[in-house]
Amino acid sequence: MIAFNLLVAICLAYVVFLFGVAFLAERRAARGQGGWLRSSAVYTLSLSVYCTAWTFYGAVGYAARSGLEFVTIYLGPTLVLIGWWWTLRKLVRIGKTQRITSVADLISSRYGKSNTLGVIVTLIAVVGTTPYIALQLQSVTLSFAVFAPESATRWGAGDLNATALTVAAGLAVFTVLFGTRNLDANERHHGVVTAIAVEAVVKLVALMAVGVFVVWGLAGGVGAMLERIEASPLAGMPVVPGRWMGLTFLSAAAILTLPRMFQVLVVENEDERHLATAAWAFPAYLFLMSLFVVPIAVMGLSEMAPGSNPDLFVLSLPLAHGRDGLATLAFLGGFSSATSMVIVAAIALSTMVSNHIVMPLFLNWTRAGATMSGDVRTLVLRARRVSIGAVLFLGYLYYRLTGGSEALAAIGLISFAGVAQVLPALLGGILWRGATRTGAIAGLAAGFSVWAYTLFLPSVGEGAVMGARLLAEGPWGIGWLRPQALFGLEGLDPLVHAVVFSMAANVAAFVSVSLAGFPSPMERLQGAQFVNVFDHSTAGQGWSQGRAEAEDLLLMTQRILGPVEAQGLFQRAAAGQGKQGYLPDITPEFLQRLERQLAGSVGAATAHAMVGQIVGRSSVSVEDLMRVADETAQMMEYSSQLEAKSEELARTARQLREANEKLTGLSVQKDAFLSQISHELRTPMTSIRAFSEILMDGDRLDPAELGKYSRIIHEESLRLTRLLDDLLDLSVLENGQVTLHAQPVNLHDLLDRALAATGSPVGGGGLHLRRDPGAERVVLVTDGDRLSQVFINLIANAQKYCDAAVPELTIRVRAAHGAVAVDFIDNGSGIPAQSQAIIFEKFSRLSDPRSAGGAGLGLAICREIMVRLGGSISYLPGQGGAAFRVSLPLRRAEAA
Amino acid sequence: MGKHVLLIEDEPNIIEAIRFLLSRDGWQVDTHSDGTTALEKVMEKRPDIVILDVMLPGRSGFDILRDIRADADLAALPVLMLTAKGQVKDRELAERLGASRFMAKPFSNTEVLETVRALAGG
Repeated sequence: MIAFNLLVAICLAYVVFLFGVAFLAERRAARGQGGWLRSSAVYTLSLSVYCTAWTFYGAVGYAARSGLEFVTIYLGPTLVLIGWWWTLRKLVRIGKTQRITSVADLISSRYGKSNTLGVIVTLIAVVGTTPYIALQLQSVTLSFAVFAPESATRWGAGDLNATALTVAAGLAVFTVLFGTRNLDANERHHGVVTAIAVEAVVKLVALMAVGVFVVWGLAGGVGAMLERIEASPLAGMPVVPGRWMGLTFLSAAAILTLPRMFQVLVVENEDERHLATAAWAFPAYLFLMSLFVVPIAVMGLSEMAPGSNPDLFVLSLPLAHGRDGLATLAFLGGFSSATSMVIVAAIALSTMVSNHIVMPLFLNWTRAGATMSGDVRTLVLRARRVSIGAVLFLGYLYYRLTGGSEALAAIGLISFAGVAQVLPALLGGILWRGATRTGAIAGLAAGFSVWAYTLFLPSVGEGAVMGARLLAEGPWGIGWLRPQALFGLEGLDPLVHAVVFSMAANVAAFVSVSLAGFPSPMERLQGAQFVNVFDHSTAGQGWSQGRAEAEDLLLMTQRILGPVEAQGLFQRAAAGQGKQGYLPDITPEFLQRLERQLAGSVGAATAHAMVGQIVGRSSVSVEDLMRVADETAQMMEYSSQLEAKSEELARTARQLREANEKLTGLSVQKDAFLSQISHELRTPMTSIRAFSEILMDGDRLDPAELGKYSRIIHEESLRLTRLLDDLLDLSVLENGQVTLHAQPVNLHDLLDRALAATGSPVGGGGLHLRRDPGAERVVLVTDGDRLSQVFINLIANAQKYCDAAVPELTIRVRAAHGAVAVDFIDNGSGIPAQSQAIIFEKFSRLSDPRSAGGAGLGLAICREIMVRLGGSISYLPGQGGAAFRVSLPLRRAEAA
Repeated sequence: MGKHVLLIEDEPNIIEAIRFLLSRDGWQVDTHSDGTTALEKVMEKRPDIVILDVMLPGRSGFDILRDIRADADLAALPVLMLTAKGQVKDRELAERLGASRFMAKPFSNTEVLETVRALAGG
């Protein structure tokens, strides 16, 4: 029997050796040497933190109690690793692109950087991992006890506790030293990982050595061994399908959700391609680890005294045969298994605790801003160190609470089932865009509660939390609420029962609440980033151009990453923008990169909050919203189509309204015109009738009166005739029945004729004329009579309506661009703007008192004539009076 | 009862015809052609009867009638409305505004004389 003190010495030497390995690896990595540190072999070996002391010692015990069922613990991870392409690859890619630091960070980041979720997952992880750490402490303590001298002073509970405490403290020191050397998880813990890889080799070699000794040393070869197995009670142990499926599911879930597995699988991953190697190498490792489990169990059961702990066969078998060296090696293997698990778990948990609980609290307390308070870097490191100590102390506490009496495997499975509650939120998060934050919270809460009620609390020990009565009869005697027989489902294995109910509650709550709710913009963005990580591996949730002070950001970054690294980062960014110095422009790209960098140290939610405190906004930017909009492009397309349609409808409605207004206006005009025509016809007829009646009376009229009244009748008859002529003229023009007699005419002569017809040839009729005879000498080929009719109308209008004290009419002729324009401009007050549009309408008559007497047909006739002549007539605004322009094309016309 | 008529009309030939008719019947006929100053003219001349055209320059005959009826002194003054439009709605409007009589142009000389006599007598 090896001396106990020697064992302690060997153990210490081994620890020192591990310290050395970790230290060297760290040094080499810091110098940029040691490519092998980043090899797929180290990665694969580091995954062996999955094989804890529970596997090392417990698997044999498990086999001795339940036969082949222990295989399920290896089956789950094997399936996940072999199927790495579908899940692990995505997790690793997300971990890298989003700089994920832990499983809590992943969940928090996915669901809109929600810290609530971070806290929940952290708590679940702590609660789920604590029993596991206790389990490791227990296994180390028990293995020490095996070697304890069988003197009168047998190891009592006190000694065991002291050993456990010492081991916990020692692990805390190692973890603090190598787990919190640097902050950025993306720089990875090379020392720790390398030490773990070494430990992985040690435990494999140790277990294989014991196995070889058992098969060939004790049993006498493979054949004999097989016969012994055949004869052993193990052969007769039944395979329970329910438990097999449940356990395989649990162990598969565990490799994804256990904090330590996530740490080595995702966070410490150097290269995505390492996964391809690990996909076959890690199952192979697991196979070797399990190869000799059954032989050791069988030999232990047959060789060791009844009642001896089958969990310790790995140690007690060699010891019983005086193989102290082998036993020591086995001890070191178990020790390695326990320590590597505790170290990685402590690192992972402390990262979660500091990032999701300590830092947010700290940020809350120091609202003033991250730049104002003390050194954040120190704070984060201190938070992690304290967390490590706390996690290990919790493990020790649990160990003391449970009295170290439980079977190892049971604790491990309870732990698995607890942490597996994260699985729906995790898988849902990376596969399903519709998963929401509230859904994840609901699922986690439901699953975790059911797990605690049906599995965890009953396991703490009869009477510790739940009384035996409660277990047997349910709370307040309600039978269907019995923790291990919910809804009266009896006869089911407690573990399977708990897994089925907790996962069912979890998934149901997760899916239904997710479907019922609607994700926030941030969740949608992050969801897209996660679910479609292979489509766009670059961008995380972005910052838009901010007013952030570069200096504040640098100050903050220095406190988190350290001055050298922070300044380097800022200098590179500045150089990238073509700037000197340490202060780059605060572009969205830079903020995004910075946040990513900080996320590696303090987690996505915290980094976002810290940058947000400085930039002044921590919500979604316009750019983000645009991206959300992109996602709903179809919706926008549809809505824009609707918009176009409604615009079209509005346009049609407007056109209809306009048409209606025009019709209404026309109808009003027509009424007014008829009224006007009536007036224009009745007025001369009144005179004619009155005077003809006077003449008919005949008597008492002197010849002067007789002549005068006859003349009035004659004049009024002519007036009637003119009016009728106008009406007919307009009607003929409008119907296009007019015959034009085009011939060369001189514009000057035409104007003279028109002026003569209106009785104002040279300044007559009270109208002063301004003409330029030179410009008027233009020969046109057109119907001179019709054109002159237009001129007469315009001149007559000027005579009638020009209200200036000294009325003037300017006639200006200009030939240009193949057309001749004749302007008639008077010096009166002109036509009001609102009336200019309607003066050419037939039936229109301005409500201007000066227009009384006209039938409102003149300009309408002018317009019709000009259209027939191929020209136009228009009102010229802004000429200081009423101004009309008559335009005619200069076809076949020559200057005279 | 005096025989004083104020004719408010802008068409010279119609003024001439009515003046001839009424003068021959022994009426004193004053005429006025501008709508804007018509009410002042009525107050100034204080005629026994007003013959009022609707289409007047400056101000419509309807507006002038409304003013006449609004004035306490003139409220009872007989007013004969003449219009060349002759539409039903004009007649209705005139009646509503308180015209004593309404006649469409062209009118019969006899009818005008009888109406004026009736208005003066009544």
